[in-house]
Amino acid sequence: MTRQDYELIVIGAGPAGLAAALSAKQHGLSRILVIERDKELGGILNQCIHNGFGLHYFGEELTGPEYAGRFIDQLEGSGIEIVCDTMVIHLENGDDWRIVHAMSTENGYQCLKCRAVILAMGCRERTRFAIQIPGSRPAGIFNAGTAQRYVNIEGKMIGRRVIILGSGDIGLIMARRMTLEGAKVLACVELLPYSGGLNRNIVQCLHDYDIPLYLSHTITNIEGRNRVQRVTVQQVDENRRPIPGTETYYDVDTVLLSVGLIPENELSREAGVKIDRRTSGPFVYENLETSEKGIFACGNVLHVHDLVDYVTEESQAAGKAAAAFVLDGALTDIGHVIEIKTEPTVSYTVPQAVRVNEVAKSLRIFLRVNKIWEETSHIVFRDGDNVIARFKRDYMAPGEMENVNVPRVLLDRVKGDMLYVSIEEAQR
Amino acid sequence: MFDVAILGAGVSGSALAYQLSRFHLDVVVLEKENDVSLGASRANTAIVHGGYDPPPDTLMGHLNVDGARMCMELVDRLDVEFRKTGSLIVAFDDEDMKEVHNLYDRGLQNGVPSMEILDGEEVSRREPNLSKEIIGALWVPESGVINPWEFTLAMMEVAVREGVELKLCEKVIGLKRQDKGFLIETERGTYSARYVVNATGVHSEKIHNMVAEPAFHIHPTRGQYYLLDRSVGEVVNSVVFQCPSPLGKGVLVSPTIHYNTLVGPDSEVVEDCENTSTTREALDDVARQAKRSVPSLQLGSNIRNFAGVRANSDYGDFYIKISAPYFLDIAAIKSPGLTCAPRIATYAIELLREAGLDFKEKETWDGTRSVVRFKEIPEEEREAFIRENPLYGRVICRCETITEGEIVAAIHRPITPVSLDGIKRRAGTGMGRCQSGFCGPRVLEILARETGKATEDILQDKEGSHILIGDTKEGRV
Amino acid sequence: MKTLICIVCPRGCHLNVDEENDYKVTGHHCEKGEIYGRNELLHPVRVVTSTVKVKSNIHPRCPVKTDQSIPKENIFPAMRLLDSVLLTPPIKRGDVVVDDVAGSGACFVVTRDLDT
Repeated sequence: MTRQDYELIVIGAGPAGLAAALSAKQHGLSRILVIERDKELGGILNQCIHNGFGLHYFGEELTGPEYAGRFIDQLEGSGIEIVCDTMVIHLENGDDWRIVHAMSTENGYQCLKCRAVILAMGCRERTRFAIQIPGSRPAGIFNAGTAQRYVNIEGKMIGRRVIILGSGDIGLIMARRMTLEGAKVLACVELLPYSGGLNRNIVQCLHDYDIPLYLSHTITNIEGRNRVQRVTVQQVDENRRPIPGTETYYDVDTVLLSVGLIPENELSREAGVKIDRRTSGPFVYENLETSEKGIFACGNVLHVHDLVDYVTEESQAAGKAAAAFVLDGALTDIGHVIEIKTEPTVSYTVPQAVRVNEVAKSLRIFLRVNKIWEETSHIVFRDGDNVIARFKRDYMAPGEMENVNVPRVLLDRVKGDMLYVSIEEAQR
Repeated sequence: MFDVAILGAGVSGSALAYQLSRFHLDVVVLEKENDVSLGASRANTAIVHGGYDPPPDTLMGHLNVDGARMCMELVDRLDVEFRKTGSLIVAFDDEDMKEVHNLYDRGLQNGVPSMEILDGEEVSRREPNLSKEIIGALWVPESGVINPWEFTLAMMEVAVREGVELKLCEKVIGLKRQDKGFLIETERGTYSARYVVNATGVHSEKIHNMVAEPAFHIHPTRGQYYLLDRSVGEVVNSVVFQCPSPLGKGVLVSPTIHYNTLVGPDSEVVEDCENTSTTREALDDVARQAKRSVPSLQLGSNIRNFAGVRANSDYGDFYIKISAPYFLDIAAIKSPGLTCAPRIATYAIELLREAGLDFKEKETWDGTRSVVRFKEIPEEEREAFIRENPLYGRVICRCETITEGEIVAAIHRPITPVSLDGIKRRAGTGMGRCQSGFCGPRVLEILARETGKATEDILQDKEGSHILIGDTKEGRV
Repeated sequence: MKTLICIVCPRGCHLNVDEENDYKVTGHHCEKGEIYGRNELLHPVRVVTSTVKVKSNIHPRCPVKTDQSIPKENIFPAMRLLDSVLLTPPIKRGDVVVDDVAGSGACFVVTRDLDT
């Protein structure tokens, strides 16, 4: 690192960090540093060797490494500084400057000053203990992402007889991957009555290989002293409680868990960034600025996405906003602020609040619904009793993030400081 | 021929090995597992107890206060993580309050210093998250939380450095009296020793019965726990016990040395003394009981469940005596065994001396040890430290901020780890919220590299706990 | 009539394919979906992604994919072709690793750059 003060520091060089840095550069910043903890750029995409990335953004199907490669190519020669193998361990927020504490074998311990920070640290996997599966604690229980790293990056086999808990996309992808490498995947088990992954992955990762998917089932016990030997699977009732008498047993040496991702916000919290309990990510405004001035967030650290294409778009917006913050200074006149509140039918929204004056033509709002909506339904925004906007959808599911564009003119009609969003079945 | 063979490398065996290493003695420690501290010493409540609990007429009562004091000295000498948090034994009703007074009296008889009885208001002031139904408590300041496996390892590391031989993966299957001492048969070979010390925890009854008349019966007693993420904040500042009742000791809510929150244990006699599985029923029961003390407890922030099996027995006390010629039992060591371990070791030396063992002190003996913990290095010194030791600049475990330097140092200390859990116990990797999901593959690679092993040979924990089973692209379908 | 879930894009349209009516597809939202629906019944194809060995301590494996879809029944034979491949860096995205996979006309190509 040559400079000790930057306009912008981006923490993380996965898809979010790469796109954010490039966008900030395009929007006029010249002194940008990207800090990556791994030894190379690309983040989790490097181990996502399957295809299916980029249809929205590039209009073609790419593998994870190819998708990352497109951004890494652009970064070369862009003048953006990059350090890899470097961990940010602390973030301080001041009035004019933010201080990033980073450490590496090469550069030692550094306190780097910058005007703006973009948080792009991604997420981590929920573990067996977060969902409290009882039993013994042998080897052979892997988070799907950890397994993916061993198999795809290290070239190591992690087991021969596998059961998968959770039908999230990583779990489905690993079911196929393990099968192709010669393992036997006995089943994929999902607690909820619907899959958390994309339909296409259920078809091409499970159906193609005759791997059964059991909905409303879960693993209730793990046995095996040193390596996994057997698991108990049980059906669950509508309250997700195991139903006695439904026990089935699987002789497996490996359990893969794909039971959810959690935005990784320890650094954010330390810097005083307000965290939204619904997303486990920062509470952000329309321009992806967090509750802390000059700190922006994008990608899976903000909320867990199902498509990397949306991460890219979101991160470009964060890069643009961070550039504006550095070049134009902090907002002086905040004006009308509306908080977006979720009714029980909506799990969360991003952003969580909007400064109406800052919205140019329209505001894009990402949201997730709390259950499958198979009938035609509406995403409805209300200010008190007044419907501000209504968006029709034929089908919605928790596993598939929705997004809507609310025009500025409609936001201007909001009188109060709360905008409520809910899902309502269409009238026949 | 060894002078002394210690069977078992838990906290009792390690404390004795540490104390014996100051003398001119040939000492061997035989441990059936692949590392030190793999029994009850690694899965317990991690507390240095004040000493108010054991009856004054027991060995436990006699050794506890001295043991606690010795622990607090040793943690400094051995650079072991410890915090003197004090403990509270809380009362919910008059019946409990009577018990609090009983414990106070018992504590006085056992020599526990500085105890106080607090009223409900004072308890609430000190511990705002505790139930408002609590009407009073016993306060025991001379107690705290410790890293139990580090304590065990540290003592054994010094012992090994000072000449004690540690033999791992040596399960004892027979003990035969010889002319002078014993022939010890293990699954892999034989050892001879003049004196044998039985410090085998839940297995101590079996070993005892190899050379002496049955004298006690072990009831392996499993206790299950939750460990909560730091994100729930500091739920309690001190160790919070409930009053012992006919239903059991009651579960505790305790801070850990790393500012996590530990909740547990229940108490259940199990047939298989190695059955450390957790069960839904017991975990639910622990949760229910713990919420009595801390109604707002967020068990959803659980980062690990575990269980330990304690060597409870029908004897009702530690069984420490010369049970046969040249054979010393340090058996039936249950709670407060961790606290008492250093004092048990000196007591054992008294017994061995009475039994004829000669103790000649070495001219030089260094009973200390120190380790580098990067996160404890002041910020202004970190830069220089990494310049000198670049590996301390690479963070491997991001949850706990553990660097490659700490991992490599741990590998090259006197007892070489063979597993990810071995590194966890030495360096603290994987202790955090991701439970080694992120650092696991990296630690595995470092351990293989530093010990010259294939990655397939690196274990998760005990023998047979293989993580990787081969390479991809081997053409199997 | 057969019902299928389209895998062309993440939308996952529910398709109906009428085998008795010249494999006419309904329920699709794009042309690609229509083609997929027909093909899936007549001769289903998939893109295969995997890895190959690399002579490198830092990167023991390199990701690859078929540059076009191959018949489903060729997936496992295609995988076997990768077992014996050993690449030496530097490797460039697009480098061909296996030509004409199992007679399908598709190639396995490298999907990332790997330096020495």
